[in-house]
Amino acid sequence: MKSEKKQAEKIKEISGVNPLKCMKCGKCSATCPSFAEMDIKPHQFVSYVQNEEIEELTKSVSLWKCLSCFACVERCPRDVKPGKIIDAVRQLVEREKDGDYLSPNEIPELLDPEIPQQLLVSAFRRYRR
Amino acid sequence: MKYSYYPGCTLKNKAQALDMYARASASVLGFELEEVSEWQCCGGVYPLGSDEIATKLSSVRVLNEAKKKDQALVTLCSACHHVIKRVNDDMKNVPDIYQKANRYLQLEEDYRGETNVYHFLEVLRDQIGFDKLKEKVVKPLTGKKIGAYYGCLLLRPSSILAFDNPENPKILEDFIRAIGAEPVIYPYRNECCGGYISLKEKDMSKNMCEKITQSAEGFGADMLITACPLCMYNLNKTESKKIPVYYFTELLAEALGLKED
Repeated sequence: MKSEKKQAEKIKEISGVNPLKCMKCGKCSATCPSFAEMDIKPHQFVSYVQNEEIEELTKSVSLWKCLSCFACVERCPRDVKPGKIIDAVRQLVEREKDGDYLSPNEIPELLDPEIPQQLLVSAFRRYRR
Repeated sequence: MKYSYYPGCTLKNKAQALDMYARASASVLGFELEEVSEWQCCGGVYPLGSDEIATKLSSVRVLNEAKKKDQALVTLCSACHHVIKRVNDDMKNVPDIYQKANRYLQLEEDYRGETNVYHFLEVLRDQIGFDKLKEKVVKPLTGKKIGAYYGCLLLRPSSILAFDNPENPKILEDFIRAIGAEPVIYPYRNECCGGYISLKEKDMSKNMCEKITQSAEGFGADMLITACPLCMYNLNKTESKKIPVYYFTELLAEALGLKED
């Protein structure tokens, strides 16, 4: 892994987010439907990137709990877009070797007759390179 | 009026009802949906990374096909609409993306976001008009109490989707009134169903959908309507749910007298 400083820069570049705009109001976490499932919460993601503490973010289960529902993006009073930071960290992880969260081999046992194609393509795009 | 039409992968398979009833209703309402030839899957989710180019190209190709015909592009699936509308915004406003995408695609003429993208509901509201739709209704759904389920993809981010007020939308409620039924406003109508999380973490989306269906039932809804096949799937997985979920196009076709009983 590259240095955390470089990773923080990369996350800011991929996400287009400036963490310094955050005023720590916590509205993103308050509105997040996955809040209870997350170890590191959306507002904390912003602070971690600001402090260049990336190692922990890359190991966070939150990467796989975010739904990209954009509630945090829409409701942020400072237009920080925490969801885009979470996605950028997820991509940082997935772009490394063995970083995928979903393997095609898992699919057969996850299927049921009603699953829409949309679910499979969405999961593939979010969970792997 | 003729529009280019992008059905997307799911409307050709699990969500055929969403597509079929839309096409039938369109012809009665006086517009035609001309399916784009050789369209490719939009990918289901918008690639958020600012350096993602290849994953946006299928949307650009579809947008460019509509441009070549000088038609607006109509979508129906919430996910396709979300992805294509956002890619179109990138092609209009983000130099790094439109330059790279055009360099890659080598189109006869660069694509720069010229195509207008409308969701089918926007066509009903802005092109046809809900008043006009109401005049065409032959079998009004009188007495039905319908909860509109918006979910996330049509509304957010509102700066780009520009679909309706993201916290207090009314397009589906106006649609419900136009087909003669009564809209039920409930708090969870624009909260997430869990989306793709239901592939690997089924309990998470179940819990979220419980809140949505209980909220709608608690406010007196007899049924829910949606424009999204994945919302439909997730909502139908809740165990306590009693109310049925329909695609809005099915009720539209019913009101227009196009549906066999």
